[in-house]
Amino acid sequence: MPKCQDIKKILVIGSGPIVIGQAAEFDYAGTQACLALKEEGCQVVLINNNPATVMTDKACADVVYFEPLTVESVEKIIQKEQPDGILATLGGQTGLNLALSLHKEGILEKYDVPLLGTPIESIMKGEDREEFRTLMHQLGEPVPDSEIVETVEAALEFANVVGYPIIVRPAYTLGGAGGGIVDDEAALKKVVKGGLDLSPIHQCLIEKSIAGFKEIEYEVMRDANDTCITVCNMENIDPVGIHTGDSIVVAPSQTLTDVEYQMLRSVSVKIIRALGIVGGCNIQFALDPYSKQYYLIEVNPRVSRSSALASKATGYPIARIAAKLSLGYHLHELLNPVTGHTYASFEPALDYCVVKFPRWPFDKFPHANRRLGTQMKATGEVMAIERNLESAFQKAIRSLDIKGISGLELATVKKLSLEQLWKSVTEADDLRFFAILEMLRRDVTTEEIHLATKINYFYLNSWKYLVAQEQVAKQLSFSTVTKDQLLQLKIDGFSDEWLAAVWNVTLAELRQKRQEFNIHPAYKMVDTCAGEFIAKTAYYYSSWSGEMDVDPTTSKKKVIIIGSGPIRIGQGIEFDYCSVHGVLALKQENYEAILINNNPETVSTDYEIADRLYFEPLTTEDVLNIIELEKADGVIVQLGGQTAISLVKNLEEAGVPLLGTNHDTIDKLEDRDRFYQFMKAVNVPHIPGVTAVDEVDLIMKADEIGYPVLIRPSYVIGGQGMMVFHCREEMVEYINDQIISIGFPILLDAFYPGMEVEVDALTDGSDVVVPGMFQHIERAGVHSGDSLSVIPPINVAQIHKETIIEYTKRIAQGMEFKGVFNIQFVIYKDNVYVLEVNPRASRTVPILSKVTGMNMIALTVKLLLNEKLADHHQTLGYQVEPPYYTVKAPVFSYSKLPDLDPKLEAEMKSTGELISISDKLEEAFRKAFVWGERDIPLLFKKKGTIFCEIAQCDDPEFIALKELLTKLQYEIVDEKKISFEEWLNQDNSVCYLSIEMTDATSKQRRKEALKNRLPVVTELSTFGFMVRSLSNENYTVNAIDHWLLKYENLKCSPVKLS
Amino acid sequence: MKGYLVLSTGEVFEGQLLGNGEEVYGEVVFFTGMTGYEEVMTDPSFKGQLVVFTYPLIGNYGINGADQESKVPQASALIMQGCRSQGYHYESLESVQAYAEKHAIPILVGVDTRAVVKRIRELGDMGAIITTNLETVDFSTKQVIGTRNLVEEVSTTVIETYGEGDYHVVMLDFGYKKSILTSLIKLGCKVTVVPFNTEETIIHNLRPDGILLSNGPGNPKQLLHLAERLKNLATTYPTMGICLGHQLLALAFGGDTQKLRFGHRGANQPVQDLQTKKVYITSQNHSYFVTDESLTETGFIPRYININDKSIEGMSHNHFPITSVQFHPEAHPGPADSEEIFLHFLTDMSSKRREKVYA
Repeated sequence: MPKCQDIKKILVIGSGPIVIGQAAEFDYAGTQACLALKEEGCQVVLINNNPATVMTDKACADVVYFEPLTVESVEKIIQKEQPDGILATLGGQTGLNLALSLHKEGILEKYDVPLLGTPIESIMKGEDREEFRTLMHQLGEPVPDSEIVETVEAALEFANVVGYPIIVRPAYTLGGAGGGIVDDEAALKKVVKGGLDLSPIHQCLIEKSIAGFKEIEYEVMRDANDTCITVCNMENIDPVGIHTGDSIVVAPSQTLTDVEYQMLRSVSVKIIRALGIVGGCNIQFALDPYSKQYYLIEVNPRVSRSSALASKATGYPIARIAAKLSLGYHLHELLNPVTGHTYASFEPALDYCVVKFPRWPFDKFPHANRRLGTQMKATGEVMAIERNLESAFQKAIRSLDIKGISGLELATVKKLSLEQLWKSVTEADDLRFFAILEMLRRDVTTEEIHLATKINYFYLNSWKYLVAQEQVAKQLSFSTVTKDQLLQLKIDGFSDEWLAAVWNVTLAELRQKRQEFNIHPAYKMVDTCAGEFIAKTAYYYSSWSGEMDVDPTTSKKKVIIIGSGPIRIGQGIEFDYCSVHGVLALKQENYEAILINNNPETVSTDYEIADRLYFEPLTTEDVLNIIELEKADGVIVQLGGQTAISLVKNLEEAGVPLLGTNHDTIDKLEDRDRFYQFMKAVNVPHIPGVTAVDEVDLIMKADEIGYPVLIRPSYVIGGQGMMVFHCREEMVEYINDQIISIGFPILLDAFYPGMEVEVDALTDGSDVVVPGMFQHIERAGVHSGDSLSVIPPINVAQIHKETIIEYTKRIAQGMEFKGVFNIQFVIYKDNVYVLEVNPRASRTVPILSKVTGMNMIALTVKLLLNEKLADHHQTLGYQVEPPYYTVKAPVFSYSKLPDLDPKLEAEMKSTGELISISDKLEEAFRKAFVWGERDIPLLFKKKGTIFCEIAQCDDPEFIALKELLTKLQYEIVDEKKISFEEWLNQDNSVCYLSIEMTDATSKQRRKEALKNRLPVVTELSTFGFMVRSLSNENYTVNAIDHWLLKYENLKCSPVKLS
Repeated sequence: MKGYLVLSTGEVFEGQLLGNGEEVYGEVVFFTGMTGYEEVMTDPSFKGQLVVFTYPLIGNYGINGADQESKVPQASALIMQGCRSQGYHYESLESVQAYAEKHAIPILVGVDTRAVVKRIRELGDMGAIITTNLETVDFSTKQVIGTRNLVEEVSTTVIETYGEGDYHVVMLDFGYKKSILTSLIKLGCKVTVVPFNTEETIIHNLRPDGILLSNGPGNPKQLLHLAERLKNLATTYPTMGICLGHQLLALAFGGDTQKLRFGHRGANQPVQDLQTKKVYITSQNHSYFVTDESLTETGFIPRYININDKSIEGMSHNHFPITSVQFHPEAHPGPADSEEIFLHFLTDMSSKRREKVYA
């Protein structure tokens, strides 16, 4: 029985918008925790302003606040809700930091709300470097020589004593932001200065580098009874020196003897006991590869990205169990939900190996600094499960979903010289894995690579084997390959697609051959216990030898949902939300719901969601193999973002019954020429555009259309490769850029800098329902994912709204399509034009669903199952607009990608988003800007000087804003008054405004300003709303139900009938 | 060469056979630990068994000699999904394959070990044959493991003393793991290892402070003839039993043992101390267990239970200083959470000594 009977109502702190270092794993943890608490009869009050999350669903939390994650709003919620306790350890670093702030400001004490689970003292001991080191010294556990510094001078002094290289870690920053390894004094000065600025408590830990040691992690749990277990250990293939989030990781450890495994396990248990943690904890070690000497690197006293990975790698639901422990349960009292008959106080045994591979954003940002170090840069990750390491690597690579990968080769890496490869390998950039394989292909020895990278020979030889097997395959031929030969290649993980390419046959021919040979994958179960006990989980992975654990027989009809893979810029957690809701809706419709995905961070890959979960890459072969086994009645691709959409052609050719979608329709929308024909056919105006076949053609046609123009590649995510050119010179410069390769043919559009409006619509092929309309604040040309937007629109004329709805109807009726789709419009010179149509769920679907109360995905699924809109929805067409404003704001991870220009452009750069709601527009905007305790823009915290650079300084809006700012006691300065550098170093600088500045100096300044933690605004419209919300200081907080009730009342009110 | 694992049910699993190819018969059991293959191979409790490793990547860190639980490999054969041909570790002396070949221990690789585990889970630990020739398989001529006197094959024949501690422990060797010895020495004991069937008088003459009945292979009932002797020892000296030793103590006092359908073999078994309510994650390796109801008349009370199947994992005695555990507090392979149990034994020895002084 839970010890704490008096806890009935719990305030859970979510992790907020996705940023690098804090992604979907906290939705997974949060969802599990909320459900676990509800299961125990607790009422869950949740604060999280990230709408694209499952945890903010009605089904997960009883009361949801989409409010800023600040002390101010949490205090207001505490006053309103009077919870019996707060759970903060499941909301990532955001949650922990907020808990610490609440503690420091005395809020917890003032309202007498205890922090559940891990006590605040333990959090501080784990998080505060000094306290952590002191504790380690007390326990006699070794930590590398280090020192906490608050000045650059102190850092230099330390370095002079212990010598370089030195690792710098700023305190309390996400994903190690601002840190790094430095080799000399100059670098040390620079990084420490930046790190001190980034650290909210102006502290950095500097330590003697132990780069090259094995990096080993343990996921440990402890209950109030002092029972401790380690759920999983993990080994980073990249030795110490590269952030674990940027490392290729295997689970369990592969190169540790039992003595070493148990030695570190015992230390882990000792530490979690000393910290007094109740719940989960992540402990990172560095282990000398040539002795038993180890060091503690860090401890995270909360669930983390690693704990999500450990949960998916083992099947053990860490967050769920941690939530129950926080209520006072003991591990041995809780059932292991995987088996259903053994207990949570055990340690999972794996009978497979797991490879985690990071997904970096550098396919979008080729110019950003790609070097990996102690600061995490990956936006997401994939996981692969197999019975041997080699095929697990192959699966992981396939799951990355990166253009240009064929088998284990990356086209851009193949072209590099040996010298360039060495650079990638020694400097450790995101291409390192591919570079190492390429070097092995070019007969560089594993010894040389080991010397340069310290990567264990165990892994290098595994990769060498794969490279050798590539050669074996290349020497075989399609007509002569024997069954045993092909089987061995499949066991080694080579894909049908790669083999078909090597043997110069079609994928279908290869499949046919494989079927003739009767070579099929077997799907095996992840059961936490290596088969020792009968388990009831429906969590499977494929392997090319052995017997099947799956029994696909059922009396129900089956539908497969294809997930969206790793989180990347432009394809984020919103598609996981959609996939999860797709599964739930299918179950509701009494279908068996089967899900395929490969992202370990997500809710969709929680084995309790779907009827069967296949943890697999999302390629044609991997998906087809499952479809063939399951003989599904239908496959849904609309919910898995572009990843799922890109499979449509091949799946259709293989005869797969796709629901609501077909290749021809998708091609009609993606192929620009066909798109324009289609628009013409349905009589909808579009932006003039043409296709260019090569560089010369591009320049000629751009001249014809007239600048500004926009180029857009087909079938891309997040506006990848999309660029606006204002003049011919810009375009020529772009074409001549060596790093960028333009894929021809490419689309070239006229660029209309009007107002963007987007809708998400549902259709059964004839009727449409449009739940809402988003007005973008920034003009067209800024990627929709990066723009502020608001529903309902605030200044779109009624006539335009009607036109938009009319066009939406025409498009829906004109294409052969059912389900959910998204259209982006631009209103320019009083005309409405269509920019693009996306035949799938979009980023805004979760937002609309949350703030209108309409479960769009549930309705989509009904439509996909051939039901009619009119039978399920009373009012067709555009829905009544809600009587409150919802602002969607993007969130960027610039501190993690310091080389990125923060100027808003056609290419998306944001990693996450948030919403805020209010019936007062300025209040809604204010809450969108001050969204997080540690992320409040400076100008909202204090009055000061704003440095302005604007191309058109006589813009009337700019003049109006200047006046307003002066009234609000801000000072506006520019180049004439003060040099940028001088301003930058002032204490009262609060914002850098850089409007329409395209020159290199401005670009550099924007980066500089960001490094100094100053908000950088590059669109006047953004700035306008920022300034107008400045004075709106006392905001109110309200649960979503408060708003939905108002909306319902409005819809039922007689006003509507008149 | 192609090799086969033939279960006594007749089912055949194919793989690659490394080693000499001679037919081997034994009881097929599975081990779920993800590390510790070297310890498992050399643990005498595995005598007569064909060990299936559920973790599919074996041999990664080679063989280092230092982590061995006895001087030679003990298991009759090893069954794996995959086996690295080289060990990647600074301590590695040779590969698993080379080591097994040197000692003529066959390794069958490329087997769907999960499938074998599922059969064992359903049908129980059973006899099996590893062979290269399916024609010659004949189970009728094999002696089932429960009737074999395996302890005789693994126990020492000479008396040897190790360490120079304060307390003198006489360990009856039923097939002891080296780690028990090291644990005791580390805690300040002098340990004399004697053959399992050593006469009582010889033991008395060694003037022990305590007796340890070690782990070992096979069916404890094969050693029923020692019951009286063991009971005399346990009622005379502070006594600790581990694994087979624990089962023998139960039998000696009139308790009973039974065979589990399939044994507990791994590094993740949760055990609760009923007295302190503490839960340990333990290392285990046993096929037999002491039955609850059989203890009624023995004076033993259950002290530790398995959280999962609630089977008895250890007991203490109402009148005598006896510490008896089914699991392995000496770890290796597996977690060392429960090593403090050796301290109970030490405390018993120290109390006994004080009694003597005051007597």
